[in-house]
Amino acid sequence: MPEITFVQFHGARETLDVAVGNTIMFAATSHGLEGIVGECGGNAMCATCHVSVEPDQLHLLPAMTDDEDALLDGTAIMRQPNSRLSCQIHVTPALDGFVVHVPERQI
Amino acid sequence: MDVAITPPVSTADPFSREFFADPFPVHAALRDAGPVVRLAKYEIWAVARYDEVHRVLNDWETFSSARGVGLSDFKKEPPWRLPSLVLETDPPFHDRTRKVLNRVLSPAAMKTLKERFAAAADTMIDELLGRDSFDAVPELSEAFPLAVFPDAIGMPQGHRHNLLPYGNMVFNSFGPRNELFAEAVRDAEPVMAWVRAQSERKNLSDDGFGAQIHAAVATGELTEDEAPMVVRSLLTAGVDTTVSGLGAALFCLSRFPEQFQKLRANPGLARAAFEEAVRFESPVQTFFRTTTRPVEVGGFHIDEGEKVLMFLGAANRDPRKWGRPEDYDIARKTVGHVGFGSGVHACVGQLLARLEGEVVLQALARKVAAIEIVGEPRRRFNNTLRGLASLPLRLHRTQ
Repeated sequence: MPEITFVQFHGARETLDVAVGNTIMFAATSHGLEGIVGECGGNAMCATCHVSVEPDQLHLLPAMTDDEDALLDGTAIMRQPNSRLSCQIHVTPALDGFVVHVPERQI
Repeated sequence: MDVAITPPVSTADPFSREFFADPFPVHAALRDAGPVVRLAKYEIWAVARYDEVHRVLNDWETFSSARGVGLSDFKKEPPWRLPSLVLETDPPFHDRTRKVLNRVLSPAAMKTLKERFAAAADTMIDELLGRDSFDAVPELSEAFPLAVFPDAIGMPQGHRHNLLPYGNMVFNSFGPRNELFAEAVRDAEPVMAWVRAQSERKNLSDDGFGAQIHAAVATGELTEDEAPMVVRSLLTAGVDTTVSGLGAALFCLSRFPEQFQKLRANPGLARAAFEEAVRFESPVQTFFRTTTRPVEVGGFHIDEGEKVLMFLGAANRDPRKWGRPEDYDIARKTVGHVGFGSGVHACVGQLLARLEGEVVLQALARKVAAIEIVGEPRRRFNNTLRGLASLPLRLHRTQ
């Protein structure tokens, strides 16, 4: 399974094996990982699964939809150019070794 | 040779007063009977396990909302009211209206309301702390949404209680034409014209959700006839639901005092405490879908054009999904609960509901040492909503 690494705001790193097809939000919340809330359950409504990705890995992701773009305007910590919603990132074999940074807070 | 498998059948009436008084044994029986169950009384299908409810919610192509999300099939009988442009539609038509509401009720929009809502909650809890005891249903779980929600919409002052019988009627209408529905229609009759008037642009302020919805006419996203209908949807869905949700949270925190003490120790858990109350009580208990094609669910065949009743409340307490589902636990990971639905029709106002819940519970956590139930709580019965008619409480002030 592809390995996804989560880097917490204070620097702690945790790597999870994520089944292809699952979202990064689902992997994080079902593992009980701190810092990713996903309170709407992955329906692209709440912007509480905000992550930023490594700039040199951004090209591995499909372009964001208008909905995701609009939601990122409402994140608790202001969005960065490399911000994404982890509920919209479906894991593929190409994402093995992908790294996401978890913001200081989501709400 | 194909073997016809007979589906499990239940004779329960999930729209009876006996059921509403204590739905949990029937929920358990329906879950245990099978992945789908035939409800003999209404000749419909039902799903009560988490996995099947989640699947039905997330497959709008098979499980349509356009034929009504109540018992009535719009293909077989004319809708009793103009169908909602969001709730009772399917993509792609649905998405146009939904996009407007997503924008109006977005996380960014909620940020602008938070301070005002929190101040209103503080004022209300301060006032209630000054009383010996009070009925928390009218005085808090109804009063708070009625204080902040119509302002957020941009409605004029006055007559705001009229929203309650209107919502009560609409949520009763998703069930059968039973006595509850007849009573609700009688109660709402006098406020129908008032609610219609509130949806018109001329009666709405320039800076609320209502005006923002009407602004979608100028951008070509909605027609002039549609805009007031979309405002009406907000007025319908935004009050009675939140009233039931707040009531659920207050009832939970007063019945589980150790959980309230956990919340006092960490008021940052207010949002989680509200969320867990939504899972635990499931203010919106049920919705229907209609099959658009023959489909197999859990090994059982369902024909095209069949009504499927989803028990959201049963899914939210399914032991196949949740550990200790009968415990109210504010530290629980509630992600994935279906109290706000799921999929394209997931509650569009869920962030607003959470904000209202969060600020009220935060105010309680900071100002109140203990919540005491001082009289017999009474349920309010509704064909869709699980809520309270009365919850007599006393709040003890933090020293």
